[in-house]
Amino acid sequence: MKITKTRLLALAAASAWMTIGHAAVADELSIMASGGAWQDAQRKAWFEPFTKETGTKIVEQEYLGDLGKVKAMVDTGNVPIDLVTVETATVLQGCDAGILERLDYSRIAPREKFIEGSALDCGVGLDAYGDVLAYDPNVLKEAPTSVLDLFDTTKFPGKRAMRKFPAQNLEWALMADGVAPADVYKVLGTPEGVDRAFKKLDTIKKDIVWWDAGAQPPQLLASKEVVMTTAWNGRIQNAIDKDGAPFKIVWNNQILEYDMIAIPKGAKSPDLAYKYLAYISQPENNAKLASYITYGPVRTDAAAFVAADALPKLPNAPDHLKGAYLVADTEFWGDYGEDLVKRFNAWLAQ
Amino acid sequence: MSALEPSELDRPALARGRSAADADLRSVSAAIRRAEFGDRLRSLALAAPLLVLLALSFGIPIVLLLSRAVYDPTIAHALPQTSQALSGWSGSGLPDDAAFLALAADLRDNQARGTAYELAKSLNARLPGARSQVLKTVRQLEGAGGKPPLEVVKSVPFWSQPGTWTAIASGTHSVTSFYLLSALDLRWNAEGSIERVPPSQAIFLQVFLRTFLVAAAVTLATLILGFPLAYLIASAPKGLAAILIVAVLLPFWTSILVRTAAWTVLLQKFGLVNDLLLWLGFVDDRLDLMYSRIGLIIAMTHIQLPFTLLPIYSVMRTIPPSQMKAAYSLGAKPFTAFLRVYLPQVFPGVMAGCLLTFILCLGYYITPALIGGASDQLISNFIANYVNVELNWEMAAALSFILLVFTLALFGIFARILGLDRLKLV
Repeated sequence: MKITKTRLLALAAASAWMTIGHAAVADELSIMASGGAWQDAQRKAWFEPFTKETGTKIVEQEYLGDLGKVKAMVDTGNVPIDLVTVETATVLQGCDAGILERLDYSRIAPREKFIEGSALDCGVGLDAYGDVLAYDPNVLKEAPTSVLDLFDTTKFPGKRAMRKFPAQNLEWALMADGVAPADVYKVLGTPEGVDRAFKKLDTIKKDIVWWDAGAQPPQLLASKEVVMTTAWNGRIQNAIDKDGAPFKIVWNNQILEYDMIAIPKGAKSPDLAYKYLAYISQPENNAKLASYITYGPVRTDAAAFVAADALPKLPNAPDHLKGAYLVADTEFWGDYGEDLVKRFNAWLAQ
Repeated sequence: MSALEPSELDRPALARGRSAADADLRSVSAAIRRAEFGDRLRSLALAAPLLVLLALSFGIPIVLLLSRAVYDPTIAHALPQTSQALSGWSGSGLPDDAAFLALAADLRDNQARGTAYELAKSLNARLPGARSQVLKTVRQLEGAGGKPPLEVVKSVPFWSQPGTWTAIASGTHSVTSFYLLSALDLRWNAEGSIERVPPSQAIFLQVFLRTFLVAAAVTLATLILGFPLAYLIASAPKGLAAILIVAVLLPFWTSILVRTAAWTVLLQKFGLVNDLLLWLGFVDDRLDLMYSRIGLIIAMTHIQLPFTLLPIYSVMRTIPPSQMKAAYSLGAKPFTAFLRVYLPQVFPGVMAGCLLTFILCLGYYITPALIGGASDQLISNFIANYVNVELNWEMAAALSFILLVFTLALFGIFARILGLDRLKLV
């Protein structure tokens, strides 16, 4: 009898300890983001206020945005992260491959309150950013008026930097070749359209310097290696605001994209992850990020909450949507991304 | 020798004598084998943990991963009814309505199981654009109300295009040559024979060739730099030799990433190398060394130099200087003595060093990514892209498999020319 009692006590103690241990783990939310100025902005706008409000500690991790790492975690059943920030095309990929959780929007926010295309099955939008053109007015005497001026080498001679990736470049090539923004993805979905886009890119191929990382475009402009460059608007604005760089942004013909956040399959604290998603998807919170980096909110009703000095710098500010612009078609890139990346690499090597 | 050979049947007595001697010999060797068996078992038992570890952590994962190159059951698993309905299809034109109905049933099953996305992705790898069409059809089947499934499927034009069913039919075989062929820029055409993909999509053969050319160039460069240096170290007095060896080894102990990053600092447009060349008047304008083939080869040569040098050095050290002196004393001119006395002895070390460097170069990833330009990416960069970014591990496995085959073939040629026992790896 005595032994049984001791054992029961031990068992009770063990289970109590495990409960405490479990509770301690459950109060931590592990978020993997892609680092840099963007993660810093998220920390100030969301991580820290969320911890203050809920007492949930946020453990940050960084990665390069490649889903292979997340796939390996899910495949081995050891998923040490609860949330991961991803690009839209990556959300589709992860959704298809079964490594991202299908989201239950009733636990986040009404889906129709998001800008079209920013609330996907496996990922919810964090912010909107623009693929824009940037230049240094001290170098270019005549100001470009559209991103498509990339293709005008007679008016704007010199090297131009573009992202080493088919997305955006093919769209701009078609638009520069006279395709209306509304028809771009229809044309690009045909073999002839792809040929046409590459043919247009051929005309400036020898003048292109390629960039990989978002930090490169401001560097390339500052070192005067190029006269103009495509870029993510936040990186250029950051250089203007923080480093006093004299750069200018051209918004006309920008391509709008969304940053996303997703829950990997098998995450340890999905409830907390949902709590966080619901928190940042409230319109006033969604608008906060704009104060720390110039990326716009994705909720249609969040504009009113954006700080007054931040608003004019956002890619989806009313002024910047007056000219032509294109919303990146995630479904298109989900379909043709792999094929076009291969074709693009073959083209680069020719 | 067997007792049934005709020559022995002709001479039975001799045969008996011979076979008795044979039997004795056999029993002796059997006894030796028995005695050795225990020893062998023990030594095997000692090595067992290592062998098991190697098999578990190295052999099995490699085989499993490489098997993905030819084994992809996703579509066959996802479309069992369609596979069956297509078994009698001629392969040209559209299949009959039974196949469309089977497809509709399979798609609905996939939606219920939550595997529709996986199917869409897998089909898309073979037929770009299929992804959204599969998902669209699934959604329409779900919201069809009373509309018959056959009508729903037929209302999506994608399923009535000629290429679609060919892709599905080829996908229903779990064992596939699709990825291996793609890795060699080949594909099956509609007539059922293998053809080259159009030039605008052909890339991998070119990249394989590029990888081998860069590896060969780096190997040659390390040999030209490493051979005299190895000779200098081998013939230098002890103190100087020690300093020189440390000078060679010091960068060898530094992380490859650090060395690559250091070269980006040196090679950039406004970097030290360009400054120096300009100051010396060798060039009039700054050279584009970064993001170029020449920069890549310079950095890789620096990283690989110790791998070529050390085997050569270790062989040179064993050659007594007296041999060359003997050759001179017998009337050989220095060059003849070098060619006929020294070089043949150093040759195994040279081959070993070159082989080591060449094979290591085939797997370079970080250096081409950081220093190479768009047209200097090697095959490992593409494999990494398929693993990390595209999540197409089948394609990555196929490229890895082809690389492994090329490398083994090359190793086989080396071994054939030289003999494996003559390779002196340090």
